[in-house]
Amino acid sequence: MSYLNKDIETMPREQLKELQLERLQKQIAHCYERVECFRNRMDEKGLKPEDIQSLEDLAKVPFSYKKDLRDYYPFGLFAEPLKNVVRFHASSGTTGKRIVVGYTREDLEVWAECAARMMVSLGITDEDIVQVSYGYGLFTGGFGVHSAAEKIGCAVIPMSSGNTKLQIQNMVDFGATVLCCTPSYAMHLGEEVNRAGLKDKLKLKYGIFGAEPWTESMRAEIEKSLGIKACDIYGLTEVIGPGVACECAEKAGMHIWEDHFLAEIIDPDTGEVLPEGSTGELVFTSLTKQAFPVIRYRTRDICRLEYTPCACGRTHLRMCKPQGRSDDMLIIRGVNVFPSQIEEVLLKTSGGDITPNYQIVVDRINNSDTFDVNVEMSEALFADEVRSIEQIEKRITGELRSTLGIGAKVHLVNPKSIERSEGKAKRVIDKRNLH
Amino acid sequence: MITKQLSVFVENKKGRLSAILNCLAENGIDLSALSLADTSEFGVLRLIVNDPEKAKALLNDIGVIVKITDVLAVVLDDKPGGAAKIIEALSQNDISVEYMYAFDTKITGKAIMVAKTDNVKAADDLLIAKGLADVLPPDGFKG
Repeated sequence: MSYLNKDIETMPREQLKELQLERLQKQIAHCYERVECFRNRMDEKGLKPEDIQSLEDLAKVPFSYKKDLRDYYPFGLFAEPLKNVVRFHASSGTTGKRIVVGYTREDLEVWAECAARMMVSLGITDEDIVQVSYGYGLFTGGFGVHSAAEKIGCAVIPMSSGNTKLQIQNMVDFGATVLCCTPSYAMHLGEEVNRAGLKDKLKLKYGIFGAEPWTESMRAEIEKSLGIKACDIYGLTEVIGPGVACECAEKAGMHIWEDHFLAEIIDPDTGEVLPEGSTGELVFTSLTKQAFPVIRYRTRDICRLEYTPCACGRTHLRMCKPQGRSDDMLIIRGVNVFPSQIEEVLLKTSGGDITPNYQIVVDRINNSDTFDVNVEMSEALFADEVRSIEQIEKRITGELRSTLGIGAKVHLVNPKSIERSEGKAKRVIDKRNLH
Repeated sequence: MITKQLSVFVENKKGRLSAILNCLAENGIDLSALSLADTSEFGVLRLIVNDPEKAKALLNDIGVIVKITDVLAVVLDDKPGGAAKIIEALSQNDISVEYMYAFDTKITGKAIMVAKTDNVKAADDLLIAKGLADVLPPDGFKG
């Protein structure tokens, strides 16, 4: 078994908890001093950083939410001056406004280490050639695994997403041994590789896949079609990016790197911390993050944590795959989509005062997510001329793309044709069956 | 002359057109002219009927979106160049045609052209002034 940072990764839990408490106290004091929103919330509860004397005391501390990132956009939640920030990443927020996070040099170092621990646990070394087919840019996927692979000394092929033909050609020509991308794209690559009869030419050994939900049967299929061992990586931009939690070679849940991220499971309705082993909403506190720390951040992911020792020797707890969401967020082609974003676009583009009735239909066909938005036709939208209606369709499609960052197929449908239960239209039909 | 046309949104789905036409038939609405513009996603059915208001209400009742639009109905000579001279007159006066369709009548030697222009009233006035607007006989559409 190989480790990147054996002392930390196999630290006895008692000692790990001491480390967590020390870092938590420091982080809370730091945020209280630097982040106005956090200080105000603490003050409202009559809490001072000194009141946090044990890890259990964290339960008294107020939560933070995705909405905060929007309300304090762009830099209101930063805990470091911009001169100490060396990188930004961003993703879509709930209302079309992006959220932005920042990293100091140390933050980038921590991030690279997190994902690198996973790579090392799989047996990846400086001999490996890593093809990164996650998108590079504001999205955290590409850069996240890129830095981790470089840290180990792998040779990185920074492919970014898309252009399947070239992806396969480079995999073959450069002899890539590791593939990092979304699981649905891995499925697609697997199919294309087999169609082209190139599987024998591949040198791939491992796949690191994340950024969207996937099932065990998808894993089996990817492993077979590409002849690799496929592992799951979890992360969110608000916390750091991919690498917050990763599977080790045992593939028995994703280790959350507890020296950097403190995880709690809460009841999403009451906010109460649930006992070990319960299923509930995952909440993160970043213990070491400098530029953009989060305290008790509500991920909305529903999952369970496993505290028992892992066969790999690592003591850090493991999270199971998220089983759902405590809000209505969808992950489509790796992008977070909220029905409220679609609603806002429709309100803006329909020219009326009322949002037209709509329905989102998500499916997975040929291993790629399909995303359709059905919009009920109304007197306000309807025009006598085909051209005007087509323009409305185009306007909605264009606005959706710029708001969400991914394309949707817009269909104008008959009024009252969207299924309603108890008078309320069913907004989302997700046929993918991913949980 | 200016007449009322029904424009109907038709979702591109099996049975939609038939539901619309059946509803009108069952309620005794008489169609004089019909045209269907379609795209890959939807269609717009345009109808000239004997009672536009009643037809609209009937279709609204079955959840169909309908708009009543003013269009130009012009009686043409049913011979080569009949339509051309009308369009030429409109074009020379910078009136553009957004869509049109034409049909035969039972009046010997006459056809009717329905056109939607950017300014229907101006187009109608122009054709009257030019003596190109043959008066439609009572119940002209039926011939």
